[in-house]
Amino acid sequence: MARLSFLEAIRRAQFSEMKRDERVFIMGTDLVCNVFGTTTGFLEEFGPERVRDTPISENGFIGAAAGASMVGARPIVDANISSFLYPAMDQICSIIAKSRYIYGGQATLPLVVRCCLFYGNSNAAQHSDRPYPMLMGMPGLTILVPSGPRDANGLLRAAIRDDNPVFIFEDSTLWGRKEEVPDDPDFVVEIGKADVKLEGSDVTVVAIGGSVPIALASAKLLAEDGISVEVVDPRTLVPLDNETILKSVRKTGRVVVVDPAHQTCSAASEISARIVEEAFGALRAPIVRVTTPDTHLPFSPQIEKPLYPNKDRIVDAVRRVLDHAKAKPQSARENV
Amino acid sequence: MTQLANDQALEFFRRMVKIRRFEERAEAMHAQGEIPGALHTYSGQEATGVGACMALRNDDFMVGNHRSHGHPIAKGAKLRTLMAELLGKETGVCHGKGGSMHLSDFSVGSLGETSIVGSGVPVAAGAALGSRILGKDQVSLAFFGDGAANEGAFHEGCNLAGVWKLPVVFLCENNGYAVSTPVSAAMAIENVSVRAAGYGMPGEVVDGQDVEAVYECVSRAVTRARTGGGPTLIEAKTYRYGDHAANMGRLLLDRGSEVDEWTKRDPIVMFRAKLLKAGHTEELLTEIDSEISEEVDEAVKFARESRYPSLLNSFDDVLTRRVPVPAYFANLPEGYQVEADENAVSLFGN
Repeated sequence: MARLSFLEAIRRAQFSEMKRDERVFIMGTDLVCNVFGTTTGFLEEFGPERVRDTPISENGFIGAAAGASMVGARPIVDANISSFLYPAMDQICSIIAKSRYIYGGQATLPLVVRCCLFYGNSNAAQHSDRPYPMLMGMPGLTILVPSGPRDANGLLRAAIRDDNPVFIFEDSTLWGRKEEVPDDPDFVVEIGKADVKLEGSDVTVVAIGGSVPIALASAKLLAEDGISVEVVDPRTLVPLDNETILKSVRKTGRVVVVDPAHQTCSAASEISARIVEEAFGALRAPIVRVTTPDTHLPFSPQIEKPLYPNKDRIVDAVRRVLDHAKAKPQSARENV
Repeated sequence: MTQLANDQALEFFRRMVKIRRFEERAEAMHAQGEIPGALHTYSGQEATGVGACMALRNDDFMVGNHRSHGHPIAKGAKLRTLMAELLGKETGVCHGKGGSMHLSDFSVGSLGETSIVGSGVPVAAGAALGSRILGKDQVSLAFFGDGAANEGAFHEGCNLAGVWKLPVVFLCENNGYAVSTPVSAAMAIENVSVRAAGYGMPGEVVDGQDVEAVYECVSRAVTRARTGGGPTLIEAKTYRYGDHAANMGRLLLDRGSEVDEWTKRDPIVMFRAKLLKAGHTEELLTEIDSEISEEVDEAVKFARESRYPSLLNSFDDVLTRRVPVPAYFANLPEGYQVEADENAVSLFGN
């Protein structure tokens, strides 16, 4: 066990996987200079063939990852910031998502694309997107959003070992967080399994990525008022672990879903829809989503930061679902 | 003073110094934490920006990139609304919505400084297209870097301009590096400009540190565009003194003594010497220096005294019409702040 930061946990996972399997290689922009700290020591250990700085050509190198994986290599693409996936949307949607399908199973694409959710830091709208919901709607892609070092480490390993294309979104608001992570180079967190981060009985808070620690902090605050919150972390968005989420909903009957993505068609929306479809009878209140509203992120920090999910909003949402029966018809607060 | 003030050479000098002073000040304020987010400084590239922008009319269009500050200043924008934008104030040129990577003054012909590498190239081609469709004679110019020349958007924008003979000038500010990647690792050719042949347009290399050479080269391209001769790809060989972004706490790339070598050919120092040789006095140039220092000071004062936008301004300008504001946000008290996260890591040293 070692107490690692989120970024170090990622570094160790991809390092150990590259050592374990020489078919694994990594490419992306600014990896040699180690722009985010996830490739320290890689060039020295693995050499320039397997640690490649690319030109700024995302459609090119992400498409190349598809091709490389189809002939048996196992690429990790580090796309740096998630907005940089956009130039590659055709290779992602037409090639990566669909090749196995359109060729009737003849193609196998064991690739991983990693990028960070770079928001909350005055980087203005173009750099601050959280685009995992866009890719959730594209069959053929596995989507992971780890919420801490341990999950990041184990999920990345699972992703590299998986024979399907996997996209991992690393929430940059988590970069500084530290957690105990096993030293085991075979430590794997199963893809498609959610995790109950905190057990509780009054309300289920499903939280995604960087919202998980905020949800846990909210739970702590609410516990002071005797409210018992269960925090469920899906970890994998596609395929979603319906069973774990629904089990919690059936226990508590009240749900708040917290997601740093924009409200419309957020992961929170999909989770809410599934809960209503499958566990309507268990619900004692409407589901409330706590998301970033449907506007872009401004540069100016004072007006950017309040837009993301935070403790105040989660606590407020939890109280609303608890007070549902007593809520006045014209509540001053609409969507939280 | 009035006669000389109209002298173009002095204006080249004035704008280059303005950019340099602005960048020095911005970098210092950023280091102090007064400017949030990332700061990509233009120091070293002044001759390219100024030479190019002064070859354009005020109503000609310009698109740029994240290394944005030099472009609006080169095209004659006032400093105060640029500085206010860096501080995220409501009086900023983008009302605090864009920040450093988007210093765009549409009143001097900007169509935006966009921070996704290469994304401005099709826009510039499109502005040229629009100008033609509307029967106007406005030309557009795209600023982009060596890194952007490897994006698909560059290829497609150039090809479109070539096949439709659009009135656009593509200006590559080749400063040798894309973040930490040197050009030699990003492309198999020496000069981006050779790609012009692939788009059926002339391609030219120019010394980006020589403001008059840039002006002359871009002027020819602008004339070609305006008279129906189609697009040109110009590659200015230039250099940024700073690392990709300022105050990161560590250098993404240590270029060592190379920076000193380029400093020996500082565009402003070289041009200053030229002006003196041409008969302008030391006093005049010093006067210009101090005028600009005052202008920068005034811009900083203006920026500092300006108010921040309010939270509801976050919902402005998604569309031409208002988007719904969730009542939660509408009901938050003025000046509402979120608790800082003690685990938050900033990439920037401040």
